[in-house]
Formats: sequence, structure tokens, C-alpha cells
Amino acid sequence: MILSRRSIILSGITVAAAGALPGFAYAAAGTPKRLVFIIQRGAADGLGIVAPTGDPAFAAARRAMADETAGGAKLDGMFTLHPAMAATAGLYIGKQAHFAHAVATAYRDRSHFDGQNMLEGGGSRPYGRDTGWVGRLLTLLPAAERDAIAIAPAVPLALRGTVQVGTYAPSRLPQADADLIARLTAMYADDPLLHPLWGSAVKTQELASDIGGDNGRNGAELGKLAASLMVPTDGARVMMVETGGWDTHSGQRGRLAAQLRGLDQLISALQTGLGPAWTDTLVLVATEFGRTVEVNGTGGTDHGTASTAMLLGGGLEAGGKVSADWPGLSPTARYEGRDLKPTRNLESVIATAVAHHYALDPKRVMATLYPDA
Amino acid sequence: MAVQYLAANRFGLGRRFDDPVIDDPKGWLTRQLGDYDPAPAIIAALAGREAIAAAYVEYQDERRTMRREAAAMSDEEKAMEPEMRRLSRSAIRRHYVDASAARLSAAVATPTPFPERLVHFWANHFAVSADKQTVIGFAGNYENEAIRPHIMGKFSDLLVAAVRHPAMLLYLDQAQSFGPDSPFATRVRNRGKRQAPGLNENLAREIMELHTLGVRTGYTQADVTSFAKALTGLTVAGLGLGAGQRLMPADARAGATVFIERLHEPGAQTILGRRYDQPGERQADAVLRDLAIHPATAKHIAGKLARHFTGDTPPAPLVDRLAADFLKTGGDLPSLYRTLVASPEPWATTPTMFKSPWDWTVSMLRALKVPAFGEKQNIAAMFTQLGQPLWRPGSPAGYDDKVATWAGSAALMQRVELASRVAGRIGDRADARQLAPLVLADALTPDTAQAIAGADSPGQGIAMLFASPTFLRR
Repeated sequence: MILSRRSIILSGITVAAAGALPGFAYAAAGTPKRLVFIIQRGAADGLGIVAPTGDPAFAAARRAMADETAGGAKLDGMFTLHPAMAATAGLYIGKQAHFAHAVATAYRDRSHFDGQNMLEGGGSRPYGRDTGWVGRLLTLLPAAERDAIAIAPAVPLALRGTVQVGTYAPSRLPQADADLIARLTAMYADDPLLHPLWGSAVKTQELASDIGGDNGRNGAELGKLAASLMVPTDGARVMMVETGGWDTHSGQRGRLAAQLRGLDQLISALQTGLGPAWTDTLVLVATEFGRTVEVNGTGGTDHGTASTAMLLGGGLEAGGKVSADWPGLSPTARYEGRDLKPTRNLESVIATAVAHHYALDPKRVMATLYPDA
Repeated sequence: MAVQYLAANRFGLGRRFDDPVIDDPKGWLTRQLGDYDPAPAIIAALAGREAIAAAYVEYQDERRTMRREAAAMSDEEKAMEPEMRRLSRSAIRRHYVDASAARLSAAVATPTPFPERLVHFWANHFAVSADKQTVIGFAGNYENEAIRPHIMGKFSDLLVAAVRHPAMLLYLDQAQSFGPDSPFATRVRNRGKRQAPGLNENLAREIMELHTLGVRTGYTQADVTSFAKALTGLTVAGLGLGAGQRLMPADARAGATVFIERLHEPGAQTILGRRYDQPGERQADAVLRDLAIHPATAKHIAGKLARHFTGDTPPAPLVDRLAADFLKTGGDLPSLYRTLVASPEPWATTPTMFKSPWDWTVSMLRALKVPAFGEKQNIAAMFTQLGQPLWRPGSPAGYDDKVATWAGSAALMQRVELASRVAGRIGDRADARQLAPLVLADALTPDTAQAIAGADSPGQGIAMLFASPTFLRR
């Protein structure tokens, strides 16, 4: 029995191997626009991904880790892309990748859950919104382009709203139900026994559900799966993909490289899988906040403020460019003396990109996605 | 004070969805002592000792045949051997899997959760461990035949029943222990062909250290050796006897506990300064009955019971009260249970115990009206995954009874995952907002109620209820 793609999604049947899915034959869809939001849970280090190698303070701050990007693609006179992102570097040359640096949401503290809640909910304070910016965006889209799905066991906050969305959780790719985790974190906050236990459990799970495993192939499988759910004419048009494992407090060099290899392969598999539809696809990669400028005592970085967001796809407004109102990395130029200072709102980066992608009025998009801004 | 929650969870196994409000907690608990059914239908329906022993005998026979015929076997036959062995082993394992499922069903359904919890307590006190091949099939039968019928009697009867069950005799090597001067050993020695079989002190030591007196309570190595000698002769028919197999009485069915005089160390034994010169198996029985009412035993059992119902550091007055009760009544167990219920210490809200995976899962299932698992759910495998494989503590000391034993970060995540899975199955067929006051009763805090009410789906609410700080504890 061959189930249609929709029935697989809606009945919640999980296939044993994500890689088996593209074996089904589907007619490639025509032109409608596609949007993929990839969240990097755990605060990805923008300074390690798109390294400001031209900043005179960079080498001193990153010390032994300053050459993390050695061998990576030179993006311009200031920035170097992490070498694990080879396919993405190719997209950049073809003007299909754009990096927005020194960006942050309105959130200024350093809690993952609060930060993610702001990034997804689009409110002006943590837990200020119970719907998400993608969920609200759906209301602006033509009916044919509203089909949304999350590769997650439950609907992530970003996708929640008035439009019904699906979820899909392949058994091979474990994903944390981030929302339940966040709620339990709040529930355990004042419990002297459970609070630390839970903190450590969540940390371990973040590491376990990373995309960097199996030399990046986990990421490739996820990308393949995402594409297979978006290619068919009746497939999803909007998708959210959750990635964890970006909380590199220690041993960042190896872990970030593995994560980025996974992300690079995810993007690459997505592009390959989407085929001609890539031209009409916008992929947005963002994290809740960045990491400290200085390296800590364990070869890692701690929770910071500004980071990098990535825009990828066949029809970008400013592909092949790193946009940054670069604040500099000298101690006085930093946020609170320790973090990369945010010089642009991530919210406006997202709203602008989405408005251009769907050819919508930027003001209306901004007001819908970020009503508190 | 959350007396209703404590009655249901610290003394019991969590409130069932159809249980009425516990408005008289102490009376509710005491009444259960009289209503206790040692053999509920689901337990009584399990295979008996003989059927389990038969599975072992078949397995041993097959292995023996294979070994004997190995030279003559074709490659094809040899290739089938592992599969044959696996099938025989799975027949043994089936008894374990069935008993595990029945144990859970009985615990979820029982109208007398306090005695049911005591069954679990005593089975863990007299732990056998199914990680020993010869114990797997018998583990459930051990609890059902040696523990269940005796938890409402004297401690001495419970002790004797536990010690004499084949699972214990095989687990602690008693079935292979022979008196060094027994007629059997003497004969083997006189023939001079091979090393004479001898004593194994394992059971004697663990009875003194774990089951009765408690570690470092004054017994000596000489006491252990003498006790081991007194125990010789006690063995299991048809299984694990090795060289002594042909001494077995002709009418003994495989799996039966038997005493074989020719294996028994002759003469009197002196243990803890007392001389035991009873004939045959009455010797070990007399030692066991003295150990069972020893003041050190009273203190040891009082301490373990008190810890189970209060916390890591049981309050001294409670331990003293239980020990005095034990000595006064000669180890009458229902009297101890009544003392526990009547004492103030187990009703203190702090410090609280962390539910074991078993306690937590049982209490979750009791709360739900709709089945949380499919019929084919492998219960034994589930508890292995949760870190508390049934009847497999890996040591004769049983599972440790402290908060730190179960409160681990990975364990917590696993519970949340299981709660989510169960919640996913239940979906909106249960309303966590209505379930919370029933399940958490007078321990439901406004914070928890609010958090559950704020869940984004009925399923998430259920997961939060079962993962709530209160419900994780007892």
C-alpha cells in the first residue's frame, strides 16, 4: 500500500528510515514559494561561523581558536566562512547565500529557553506571545502556499498560530519537544533536586540530537527528508527544521565543525532535493543569541548576545554578501564588555527577507510578524 | 499537610482514577491489611514451579545432547545449534516476561496498594537477581510463592520461605554447597579421583549480612562457616546439583526444594554462641528462626522499613519504635505495618523520597482510565530501559532505597519521554486539569495546577502532570 504524502504526514506514521522517503515518486511542483526556517537551538557562535578575521582584535580574543576558520572561504576583506561549510561557500559565490552579522533579537539576557521563545514567538519579552512569527506569516500567504510542517514531535512555537500546521518526527532523528522541555524547566526552577538534574539532562539531550553526527550525514538525511516533504505538488510550502547541539561551552573546535558540517550537508541536500524549486525557496538559519568574544577556560565559549543569521536560496535580494554594521571586537566595543554587540535587529532581517521573498509589503510583514516592535 | 497524597503514594502505589477520596488515610491503610489477597487471579494464572523447572530441564537436555553429538553433526545441523539454544532459552525467558507483565497488571489494578507495595519491599529485601541465568525463569515465581503468601505473617516464616525457594538456592549457590565431611564428599575423597565437593558460604553470609542481622553486627567468619555447614543438604531437584544429582530421591520433581541427608555436614554447629545439634534440615531451620528474632535483626528490619517510608535518614524514634515492636511481637509483620501507619514520622511532608521507576510508572498507570500501553508492550524491556529491570538488581542487596539511587538526570529525561509517549497515546481522552486534583490530591500546588492548565495541548498537560515535582516523589 502506498500512502499519499499527505496521509503520511497527517496520520503521524513514522518511517523507519528517513532516507527511504524520496524513493516515492512525486510530480515536481510548479512555482509556488517555499520557506524553510532552520533554528539553531543552543546559541550558535556567529564569530566562529562567519569569523571576522579582518578585525584586529579577533585573533587576540580567540587565542588558540582564532584559526578555527583557517582554510575557510574568504567572504570579503573582513569575514571568513568556517571551512566545514564548503557547499554554502559555493552558494555564496553563486550569490545564493547572505550572512547578516552582529544581529540579535530584542532579547538581552542569556537563557536559551527565553531566547528561543523570543526568536520563535517574535514578542518583545520572553513568553510574551503564544503564537510564532512563522505561524503569523502564514496568514499573509495565499491559501496554496500555507501548508506548513515542522520536523519535530510537536508544533514548535514559531509555527503556532491560527493556521493548522503538521508535524513529522522520523524515529531516526531524535528531536526534543522543546516546548515541553521549556515548561518543565520553569516547573523545576525552584526545586533544589530537580533543577540541576534537569539542566544536565537537557544539556545531554541537546548534544545527542545534534545534526553533526555521522560526519554530517545526519544533517544530509534531515535535508533529504525536508526536501522530500516539500517537493510534491501537495507537499508542505513552509517548513521548520529544529537543530540542537550549538551550545559549545567546551571543546568548540571539534563540535562546531561537526555541527556546521551537518548544517552544510542539510542545506546542500535540501537544495539538491528541491531541484528547480530551489529558485523559489528561501532558507533562513537563525539562533537565539550568540556567544562570548573571548574563549573560556575549556576551549569553548559562553552565552553571549549578537550572532550571525544566514539567508540562502535561489532568489535572494543581496546574495554573495555579508551585511554588518560591524561594531568591532575591542573590549570597549563589546556588549557588556564581553559579547559581540548587536547592531541590527534579527527581526528586521527576517521580516525584510520574507517580504522580499513573497513580494509583500515590508511594513505589513513587520507588523504581522513582530507586532510588539 | 498532604496526608491524602502521602497515603496514596508513600504507603501505596498512587491513587487510581476510580478511587474515592481518601478521607480517613490511616483507616484506609489499616483496612487494607485485612483485605490483602496474596494470590490475585492474574498472579495465580502464571506458570508454576514445575513448568518453569521443565523449561530449564529441557534446555539442559538439549545442550547435553548437542555436546554429545557435536562430532557427528553435519554442518547444517551445527548451524542450527545457536537457534535451537535460543529457542530453549526463550522458553525460560518467557516465564520472566509473563511474570513481569502480571506483576505490573496486579499493581495497577490492586484495591490494596499498601500491601502490594509491601510485597515489592520484601521482594527487594530478599532479592534474587535474574541476571543469573538459572534465576530468570524463577524470579517471578519466587515473589509470588515465597514472598506474597508470607508478608502478613511472622518475619521468620517469610525468611524461611525466601531461603527455601529454588530461586534463592540457585542464586546464592546453595544448590551446589556440600558439607566437607558429608557422606557424599567423604566418599568422593576416598576414591581420590578428583577434588571433593565442598562448602559454599554465599547464602549463609547474605542471610546474616543482608536478610537478618545486618552487616557488622558482631557475627564472625566462624559463625558464617558454621551456618553454611548447617545449610548443607538443602538443594533443588533436577537443577544445578551437578555431581550430587543421582542422590536425588526418585520421587522428587524437578524444581522442588529438597533436603539430601548425604550432602549435609554431620554434627552440631555453634553459631553466635549457641549450639545447634538438631538432625538434618531442622538444624538450619532452627538457626534461621533464631536469626529471625535476634535484636540485631529487629533493628536492621526496623531501619529498612523506616527508610522506605520516610527517607534517606530514617528518624531514630521511628526505628526504635519499630524495633521494639518487632522484639515484643517476635517479628509480627502486620504489627509493624500498623505501627508505621500510626507513627507521625511517615506522615511528615519532608524529607520526601523519589519514586523509583517502578513506583512512578505504576502510579501513572493507576491514574489513567484509558490503557497507556498496547497489549504487546514488553513490560520487562520497558523497566530495563527505565533503569530498574524487574527482579534484576544485580546484587543480593537489592535496589538501594535512597533518593540518589533514582534521581538522575538521564532517568529524569527518560521519565519525561515516557510520560510524553503515554500522553501522546492518551491524547485528549483524559483532561490533565481534572486529573491533577485527583492524582495529586491535597499535594496539588497552585503553581503546578497553573502550569498544567497552561499546557498547549491535553497531551502536554498529562506529560506535565506526571513529570511534576510532586508526582515524581512519594
